[in-house]
Amino acid sequence: MTFRQTHLLGIEPLHPVEITTLLDLADTYVELNRGPEKHAAVLEGLTQVNMFFENSTRTQASFELAGQRLGADVMNMAMQASSIKKGESLIDTALTLNAMHPDLLVVRHPHSGAVNLLAEKVNCAVINAGDGRHEHPTQGLLDALTIRRKKGRLHRLTVAICGDIAHSRVARSNIWLLGKMESRIRLVGPPTLIPSGARDWGVEVCHDMETGLADADVVMMLRLQKERMSGGFIPSEREYYYRYGLDAAKLARAKPDAIVMHPGPMNRGVEIDGTIADDINRSVIQEQVEMGVAVRMAAMDLLARNLRDRRAA
Amino acid sequence: MKLLFQNARLIDPEAGEERLGELAVEDGVIVSALSGAPDETIDCGGKCLAPGIVDLGVKVSEPGERHKESFRSAGLAAARGGVTTMVTRPDTDPAIDTPEVLEFVSRRAQADSVVRVVPMAALTKGRRGEEMVELGFLQDAGAAAFTDCDRVVADTRLLSRALTYAAGLGALVVGHVQEPILSRGACATSGKFASLAGLPSVSPMAERMGLDRDVSLLEMTGARYHVDQITTARALPSLERARKNGLDITAGVGIHHLTLNEFDVAGYRTFFKVKPPLRSEEDRIAVIEAVGSGLIDVISSMHTPQDEESKRLPFEEAASGAVGLETLLPAAMRLVHAGHLSLSQLWRALSLNPARRLGLAGGRLSEGAPGDLVLFDPDAPFVLDRFALASKSKNTPFDGMRMEGRVLGTWVGGSAAYRAG
Repeated sequence: MTFRQTHLLGIEPLHPVEITTLLDLADTYVELNRGPEKHAAVLEGLTQVNMFFENSTRTQASFELAGQRLGADVMNMAMQASSIKKGESLIDTALTLNAMHPDLLVVRHPHSGAVNLLAEKVNCAVINAGDGRHEHPTQGLLDALTIRRKKGRLHRLTVAICGDIAHSRVARSNIWLLGKMESRIRLVGPPTLIPSGARDWGVEVCHDMETGLADADVVMMLRLQKERMSGGFIPSEREYYYRYGLDAAKLARAKPDAIVMHPGPMNRGVEIDGTIADDINRSVIQEQVEMGVAVRMAAMDLLARNLRDRRAA
Repeated sequence: MKLLFQNARLIDPEAGEERLGELAVEDGVIVSALSGAPDETIDCGGKCLAPGIVDLGVKVSEPGERHKESFRSAGLAAARGGVTTMVTRPDTDPAIDTPEVLEFVSRRAQADSVVRVVPMAALTKGRRGEEMVELGFLQDAGAAAFTDCDRVVADTRLLSRALTYAAGLGALVVGHVQEPILSRGACATSGKFASLAGLPSVSPMAERMGLDRDVSLLEMTGARYHVDQITTARALPSLERARKNGLDITAGVGIHHLTLNEFDVAGYRTFFKVKPPLRSEEDRIAVIEAVGSGLIDVISSMHTPQDEESKRLPFEEAASGAVGLETLLPAAMRLVHAGHLSLSQLWRALSLNPARRLGLAGGRLSEGAPGDLVLFDPDAPFVLDRFALASKSKNTPFDGMRMEGRVLGTWVGGSAAYRAG
């Protein structure tokens, strides 16, 4: 087993072997979660704190369930309603929390790099549950696990990541991960939603779905964040759906066995047609949610092992 | 008081040369020969003796935030960095926008600073970009120039009137060039780095757009104008054209943009957050070349003290700016050691040009110039420890870095403001 990280702050610092190690372990947790006894005691005695500075239901529930299934004591802190509103700085919040001796800290924050900053100030293992537009590593890993289970590999696949790349931390984590695993990545979206400099990332950039989806093994759709509409990034939702929404005609350009992914929550009729999202032969959106719990269990398990080793040393 | 500096490597930016020799200072002024025996003879040991640095655009956090920097601490930092004149910025709290506040600042500076202080005043009240300040009163009270610092006056009509009025007074206006709406909310330069880091970014083109607007206004108004910082390659042709067209425009650049690039921010290091944001390596090199060719006139520290609290925040929320008075000289020596500039070229930008632009007597080694001098060893290596800085604020991006160039002594008007121990 090779996994050397103290924290899981992003995919960028991971070695491909570490990614494989984590995914292999996650596979075993998928089996556990499907069995009758969904419990393993690997985090027994440890405290997991979920700090979400940004609203989230799905990710937070997934982390909470993952922790509970592994036997950790799990506490959720709704940071939006708490001391942050009273003007406390992120560092002070972290130090306050640190004094309570948590072992695993799961953090989501609206600003890029905020989780890295917090990780410098605490003694426990920190998992980034999404920071600004930077990274969302467990999403990248759960997407990879889903792809690996469907396609049998992560290398030499053509993956089209479509939609609002510019504002997406999911896209960045996936680009890092699939790049490290030597897949071919295409970013597809209107030029206003492709970040400047994206062509230097070792990816292909397309501005139309027909070219972008051609012969793709995996079609990964991203959520169009409605608040972006006011920024004038696209003229209207209906034009966006017409040009970039995934429907049967556009999907027909991809390989016949291509899978369709979406990190959720979906805007049906904006970036994806409802019938595609529900097509059990193509859509793996439900599997992604299932893999999410397993991947988070694996990540916390590995980080806890390293934490215990460090404390023992 | 008669001083004789012997065995010095004299850096003379006015003559554009270096020479070995001696320099005499009597009653605070450089003289060709002393009237009698010197009171003190300083053996420079072959080290460099140059006019003191005239640092255009220093923020001393008085009034309002004396815990970040006072005239005493800034003056000491300046003396240790070879800066003999601080041209101070009005972006204090409150802004220096009335003759009364300016008088307070002058009095504080007089009482506490060991180096000369030449204050600038705001161009608009409260730097809000809504109403011009009392330029005439402020000029009479000693304002050397008018600037809203890093805030762009977005109201073009107001700016055109302020420039017209300033032109009538012969006053210098210092502007920050940036298209304000395009750059709104940005804390990085757009490109590969900012996109990967997920930071809100602005195209370097926003600088040229800001410059182009202001150049058009200069053509309209005939004002005297200095751009505080030109940091991008794409703005340079516009500047060159404005110069060729005979407009009264000069330009500066901060030392951080000459020695660091966007990748130095790396893991969201907020000490590298400056305004405008650090640029690409191509921009950095182009701007250094523009300093070499004389297109960019002035290098300054853009000294901006920030306390730990305002920097220990997520990158987007953290305050901008870095202290620079003490690190300006060793950081600038990197440009010499890398072969980009000669020492006399560098001193033209650090001392002669800013003094000339502001109508100050310093920046020269010739007879009659003030005895504002810095003695330094251009090659002495050291590792910078930010906690050893004299500034009250320690927000330097050079912490822990290897640097070369140490100040051995600084004299202001012929009296020692700093001598290395």
